[in-house]
Amino acid sequence: MSENQTTVQAPVKRIVACPHCGTKLYVTQNNAAYQCPKCNEFFQIQGKQEKKDLREVGSKFLTKIKFDSWKGWIYLLPTLILLAIFTVWPIINTIRISLLENYGALGAAGGETFAFGFGNFEKVIQYKGFLTCLQNTLLLCFLTVPISTVLALLIAVCLNAIKPLQKFLQTIFFLPYVTNSIAIGMVFAAMFNIVGSFIGTNNEIIITAGIMNNILGVFGIEPINWINAGSSYWSNITVLVVYIVWNALPFKILILLGGLQSVNKQYYEAAQIDSTPRWRVFTRITVPLLSPMLAYVVITGFIGGFKEYSSIVGIFGESMGAPGAKGSLNTMVGFIYDCLGRDRDGVASAAALILFAIIFVVTMINLYVSKKKTHY
Amino acid sequence: MENNTVNNAEETNVPETQNAEAIDAPAQPTPEAPAAPEAPAAPEAPAAPAAPVENKSTLAQGVMHEQNIKAVTQKQTVGKIFVQIALYAFLGFMALVVLFPFYWMIISSLKTVKEYELSTPTLFPQQIMWSNYSTAFTTGGLGRLFLNTLFVGVVSTILSLIITVLSAFAFARLEFKGKNALFAFLLATMMIPGELFTITNYQTINQFGWMNTYTVLIVPFLVSVFYIYLLKQNFMQIPNELYLAAKVDGTTDFMYLLKVMIPLALPTLISITILKMMGAWNSYIWPRLVANKEEMRLITNGLRALAFVDEATDRPNIPVQMAAVAMVSAPLFMVFLFLRKYIMKGVSRSGIKG
Repeated sequence: MSENQTTVQAPVKRIVACPHCGTKLYVTQNNAAYQCPKCNEFFQIQGKQEKKDLREVGSKFLTKIKFDSWKGWIYLLPTLILLAIFTVWPIINTIRISLLENYGALGAAGGETFAFGFGNFEKVIQYKGFLTCLQNTLLLCFLTVPISTVLALLIAVCLNAIKPLQKFLQTIFFLPYVTNSIAIGMVFAAMFNIVGSFIGTNNEIIITAGIMNNILGVFGIEPINWINAGSSYWSNITVLVVYIVWNALPFKILILLGGLQSVNKQYYEAAQIDSTPRWRVFTRITVPLLSPMLAYVVITGFIGGFKEYSSIVGIFGESMGAPGAKGSLNTMVGFIYDCLGRDRDGVASAAALILFAIIFVVTMINLYVSKKKTHY
Repeated sequence: MENNTVNNAEETNVPETQNAEAIDAPAQPTPEAPAAPEAPAAPEAPAAPAAPVENKSTLAQGVMHEQNIKAVTQKQTVGKIFVQIALYAFLGFMALVVLFPFYWMIISSLKTVKEYELSTPTLFPQQIMWSNYSTAFTTGGLGRLFLNTLFVGVVSTILSLIITVLSAFAFARLEFKGKNALFAFLLATMMIPGELFTITNYQTINQFGWMNTYTVLIVPFLVSVFYIYLLKQNFMQIPNELYLAAKVDGTTDFMYLLKVMIPLALPTLISITILKMMGAWNSYIWPRLVANKEEMRLITNGLRALAFVDEATDRPNIPVQMAAVAMVSAPLFMVFLFLRKYIMKGVSRSGIKG
């Protein structure tokens, strides 16, 4: 029309301000000329595509988000600060002080300098107490993990095979999980403890009460000195194994039962049609199909086993051994804390790194084996 | 399996078709005697040029087969019942083994010292000593321990939840450079045993002057990579469209997180809360190292350090000790009783105790 016509870019069905006087207009048509009712000027509306789908809007927003990437960092700020102080720095520092001979925090604060070297690692390995700790840890690990896994598998398979009371029994089997391992350790200590009169020579047991010995007595087993003064190493270990297995069962049962319940029933139906014996069904169907869960349970069991500490404190107290045999049941973790308590941070760091290396290697072996054996 | 195939081969020396007929037979109204009238019907079967006589023998065999099946199924049901009984017996026995320590804890906590030390223990207290509980509570100073633990547990849970939610949201929904690398790094730190951190953290908090404060019990463990991971997975299941719709409506990220994501991920958040509280309740090693002053002690440390001595005999008073143990365990059981679902769900995905 006239040469003074202005073009306005606007989406259709929108309110548009007149470019000349600013009056608001409701625009409904594409590429049409409009006359402003107030100032009577003409202008052209160049409509945009109205119907945009949500995705397009979304991608626009996403690109917008990409621009303000600082936002993500702000949300992460508390995490990053805490991680830097309590996770990243410790990793670096532990490696550093493990390589400084005889490093101790008190000495370092006093301005002492330490030579660089592998002396701490040598000290750890040569230290006699460390070998005891390593032996105890390995022993407990290799005893409790297989026992608890097999037992948990048995219980899980049985639980899976019953209908009434299943939920109820499942809850009971989970109960040991929601306990304080120190507190229940004290209960186990009380169960295995020998109570009663100690009049007479101290090392002799005169009266045995202790519920465990009484129960075993029903089966004609002579009373055993489980955890009291003068008890043997192996009876101590037995008590620990019983307690740790008892404590480890709930988690394993939970995972394995979850796995069993997600197994496709068709395999079992096929086996039933072929009237496959139960044992074969178990070894050829159940175990292979459960293998990922079994691997998971075994790996976490080993990791937990290598860090065993509080269950021993629960039963034997912080002396980490039966009375009169202090430290005889100490573990790797206990060793680290002992060193820390005696201001030998360098040795403690070296021991912690050795523990990490052991856990890492065992986990890798487990993963390798389970990858080969795992059904999936 | 092999057994069965062999049996089949020996028993049914008959061709397949006859077997099929045998199974068909019972479906007809008159099974045995009027074999002859049925013979004309036989040719309908695909491969049956057989004479009536032969047919009769097949029928007889069919009946036998039927009887066999009956016997076998009967045997199977008997076997099944037997197996079920064995299953329940085993599970019942194991349940008793699992429950026994709890039973013993409660029973012992209600006995007198004298009864507890009997050479043949009683399975139920002759004289119920509720006073053991009050003795344990007052002499052990459990009130302070409970309050300390509760305070540390609640504060660290709340702070930890805030931090976890923010981080999980950033990882799940926001885009920024280095996000994936950072997340991979976080996951990698999960492999390292906590003892490795403890040594340096012990030095660090010493330098900060945090020894024997509540801060030291709360702050170092606020970030749990595993909970971030768990929540991030949950957040990512929430459909993208919701976020985009909220964006179109002009909602800010933070409001979206507050109004949409948190309510949708509530079950996971409850699981995290419970596990974190349980962790505070059960923590032992770190509090022992850094807060050994009596008024800062947490419940587990206090419990282990307490020595309940029977004044008359100067020996440890186990019943009172068991009463203390029972009181420490009780809150955990209460939580378990009411929130079992969340605990089991959280645990099955974590494998972390506490």
